[in-house]
Amino acid sequence: MKLTELFAKGKFVVTSEIGPPKGVNIQPVLEEAEMLKGKVDAINVTDLQSSVMRLGSLAVCRLLKERDLEPVFQITCRDRNRLALQSDLLSAYVLGIENILCLTGDHNVLGDHPDSKPVFDLDSVNLLKAARDLMEGKDMAGNKLDGTPDFCLGAVVNPGADPLEPQIIKMENKVEAGAEFFQTQAVYDVKKFEQFIRATEHLKVPILAGIVLLKSAGMARFMNANVAGVFVPDELINIMAKASKEERPRKSVEIAVSLIKELKNMCQGVHIMPLGWDKYVPQILEKAELI
Amino acid sequence: MLVSERKPWDEILSYLKSHQKIFLIACGGCSEACKTGGTNGLQEMENKLKETGKEITGSFVVDFACNKVLIGLKLKRYLLSLEKSEAILVSSCGIGVQAVASMIDLPVYPADNTIYMGGFSGVWTGEERCLQCGDCKLYLTGGICPYANCPKNLINGGCGGSDKGKCEVDPEKDCVWVLIYNRLKEIGKVDNLRKINAPRNFNLMQPPAKRKKTIFWALETEEEQEELVGGEK
Repeated sequence: MKLTELFAKGKFVVTSEIGPPKGVNIQPVLEEAEMLKGKVDAINVTDLQSSVMRLGSLAVCRLLKERDLEPVFQITCRDRNRLALQSDLLSAYVLGIENILCLTGDHNVLGDHPDSKPVFDLDSVNLLKAARDLMEGKDMAGNKLDGTPDFCLGAVVNPGADPLEPQIIKMENKVEAGAEFFQTQAVYDVKKFEQFIRATEHLKVPILAGIVLLKSAGMARFMNANVAGVFVPDELINIMAKASKEERPRKSVEIAVSLIKELKNMCQGVHIMPLGWDKYVPQILEKAELI
Repeated sequence: MLVSERKPWDEILSYLKSHQKIFLIACGGCSEACKTGGTNGLQEMENKLKETGKEITGSFVVDFACNKVLIGLKLKRYLLSLEKSEAILVSSCGIGVQAVASMIDLPVYPADNTIYMGGFSGVWTGEERCLQCGDCKLYLTGGICPYANCPKNLINGGCGGSDKGKCEVDPEKDCVWVLIYNRLKEIGKVDNLRKINAPRNFNLMQPPAKRKKTIFWALETEEEQEELVGGEK
């Protein structure tokens, strides 16, 4: 089912995320996904996240589909030129995948094959446009398709970007290019997120706030230093720093629940990135009164 | 030999639509040899713009527009005319356009597309300022090239990895899209970012055959030497 159908019904949409393994041992990631069955509306499958070579997103999306789980196919511009991107979008459609998240992608030097050739033939905006063209029955070169796919197209935005104005202009361009919903980078600073929501109200596009489970104070400090546009306030870092190793999951769940409760009235959904702590997602959703 | 060619005039005039008073600069280095710059190129620009009713506030030819110091000194001598100008049109390679843009707070537009710099690029021998893409976008980006400076060659704004003005690939490196944004803010052209640019056409990087007939290129082959020296066509 397309996420747009849920937004149209006024549902507060919950998505989560899994990362395919490095190798073919698919069982653990499918078990993670099964834990989310009936709890979330859709599950993003990352596309070689952090530029690390892994099993492909498209195959895992299909495996989810076969298990009655709704996938969101993440597709980046890092590894494919415009022929391959369009072809993979068509492939996704015939495999029953309707929700697509179009991203530029991390640069190759950040991953485990830093010597590889970065492709970036298209960017996220032109990828959205290409997907929209396919939905209108033609490819990027204007050639007519034999059979037309139908997608729900999503994109990403970083509410904490500094400077923010060009980020919002790019978001506007993504909407013009075809984006029908947005998932955001991790949000910890509710006030800043509220300002962002106000600045983008005119777009009238559903936004799913990103929730990344804090696993430790070290992780929070690492994100503050290294992840663009993510700011974990000291208050939250202190909570995690004081917690013993056994207490950490409980504290992490509490933080996520209180964030979701605060964000709930500002946006149309949340995108929970558990980073391996998938087993805690159901209780977060229960405590946040979303299931 | 650096090879550039004049952009189609319709395209150049579309950049200048909102400007009436134009200052002209032509490079007397490689661009002159390509017959885009030099005194002839400058004259052509002046004629074309006057035909469409633009006012030319001043102009000069500079040997090697890629040399920022030289450009700075030259511009200084024309301050009075520059104060009256709304924009500058530059005939040179992408490096020259960027050198001019970096020296003055006026919108600076390229009159040419840079196709090839193989072996000789004026006094600036690096490629980090111009990739010779053949479809110069400096008119939209405040005179700062995104292709040459973004590791992802992005053309529609920066990526999610850009952080506080720095690049995700190298934290020492400025994010070129933030530099472009700041520059556009300075010259009152932030709306340029609202235009969605089509993906790059990679065929434009191949110099067309007719371009290879320029003097320096031709000297390489005997046949063409004869054509140049011996016979008039």
